[in-house]
Amino acid sequence: MNLIERVVAISRRRSPWICRLNAGSCNGCDIEITPLLSPRYDAEQLGIELHGTPKHADIVLISGTLTLRSRQAILDIYDQVPSPKAVVALGSCPLSGNVFAGSPLVLGQSLDSLVPVDVWVPGCPPRPQAILDGIARAASLLEEGATRSQMESLLEGGQGRPS
Amino acid sequence: MNAVWSYLLAFAVWPGLLLAAPLGWLELWFMRKLVARLQGRRGPPVFQPFFDFMKLLGKRTVIPRGVNRGIFLALPLVSLGAVTAALAIVPLPGNPAPSLPGDVVLLLYLMEVPVLCEVLAGYVSRSIYGQVAAMREALLSLAYNLPFLAAIIAMAQEAGSFQMSALQAAPYSLVHPLAALTFLLALPARMKLNPFSIANAEHEIVADSHIEYSGPPLALFKLSHAVEVVLLTELFAVVFLPATPWPLLNLLVYLVAGIAVLGGVTLLATTTARLRLAQAFRFYWVWGGVASAVTMAATLVR
Repeated sequence: MNLIERVVAISRRRSPWICRLNAGSCNGCDIEITPLLSPRYDAEQLGIELHGTPKHADIVLISGTLTLRSRQAILDIYDQVPSPKAVVALGSCPLSGNVFAGSPLVLGQSLDSLVPVDVWVPGCPPRPQAILDGIARAASLLEEGATRSQMESLLEGGQGRPS
Repeated sequence: MNAVWSYLLAFAVWPGLLLAAPLGWLELWFMRKLVARLQGRRGPPVFQPFFDFMKLLGKRTVIPRGVNRGIFLALPLVSLGAVTAALAIVPLPGNPAPSLPGDVVLLLYLMEVPVLCEVLAGYVSRSIYGQVAAMREALLSLAYNLPFLAAIIAMAQEAGSFQMSALQAAPYSLVHPLAALTFLLALPARMKLNPFSIANAEHEIVADSHIEYSGPPLALFKLSHAVEVVLLTELFAVVFLPATPWPLLNLLVYLVAGIAVLGGVTLLATTTARLRLAQAFRFYWVWGGVASAVTMAATLVR
């Protein structure tokens, strides 16, 4: 790894831009993201910025149980994030459906079967510290080239650096 | 050394890309840190704009379907090139480029190119949000250019020449503070800061006209904005502050003045909320118009 690649890798950890996606959440997880940007937790000191468009994002925060109608939206938005990218699943819902499991309106599958999830942040809702920790862990994975989408592109490309 | 090489040197090294980019990142960091401190937060580390730039360079570019690839990729390059060329004209101490007669006109033209690129970037992106942002940017530039151009033209009238070095060397008079105030009136809108952040209103229209940009082209747009911040602050310092015979002292005064102007503009941005487009338009045509008229009148009475 030469110097410029090393600087770019460090920059990936130091400047994770996030985009959040509500896949059918009760708003409990989403409301815990807001304190991250406020004086108490101040995510900006880790370089975290909240961006509205997935094209600027490195990390997608997906919250909520997966509904039938949000399935295609999750896939579309995940595809629009330029690689390298990471996915952080917030709360219990993306994994199991939580209390909504079994409803005819929700998909009976984990988020992992739609997009490759790198970090699971458990809780209902997770504490802001836990979300911040999840983003920091995803950013470290981006630096190491160890997110699942990076490893997959490495396997597909056969050789060379993850891009 | 012939003229072409000195222009290239001015474009590439000082006050061009090589030294203006770190200065611009430092100034952007200063603004973000000040906003954070005023909001009671810690704020980003000093290398944050540099990390953002390097990370964007290492990302893939997604080009939307149906968008002209050439124009899409050329716009950030043109924007960065124009704003750097404009900075190379500004007679900062140590600038190797010789001063041309009429370079103020060239400077004013080159300063409009990044705005034009942003408008085009919004329109070619095929995104509705991008197009709304482009429309707002175009309309706002009609408004804030009135006091901006009036301030520079009044200074040219005062100096009796359209040459940057003549503007810099003009003896201090009543026109200087008036034109400086008129210039400062236009500055927040030119920098797209808060009361006039109508074109990049992230809560209404997701992002500014760069909404469809990602990866290296977005990084170049961000770099172009950083250089533009340096250009605007240093232009203010060079044109409106009296120059001393010592170049190093001049440089120090210009840098301190640039930081001070940025501090004031950031303070205004933190304490105000976003105006509507019609309100901003009316503000610039009424109060900007009054300020422009007073400034132009002051050049005539002597």
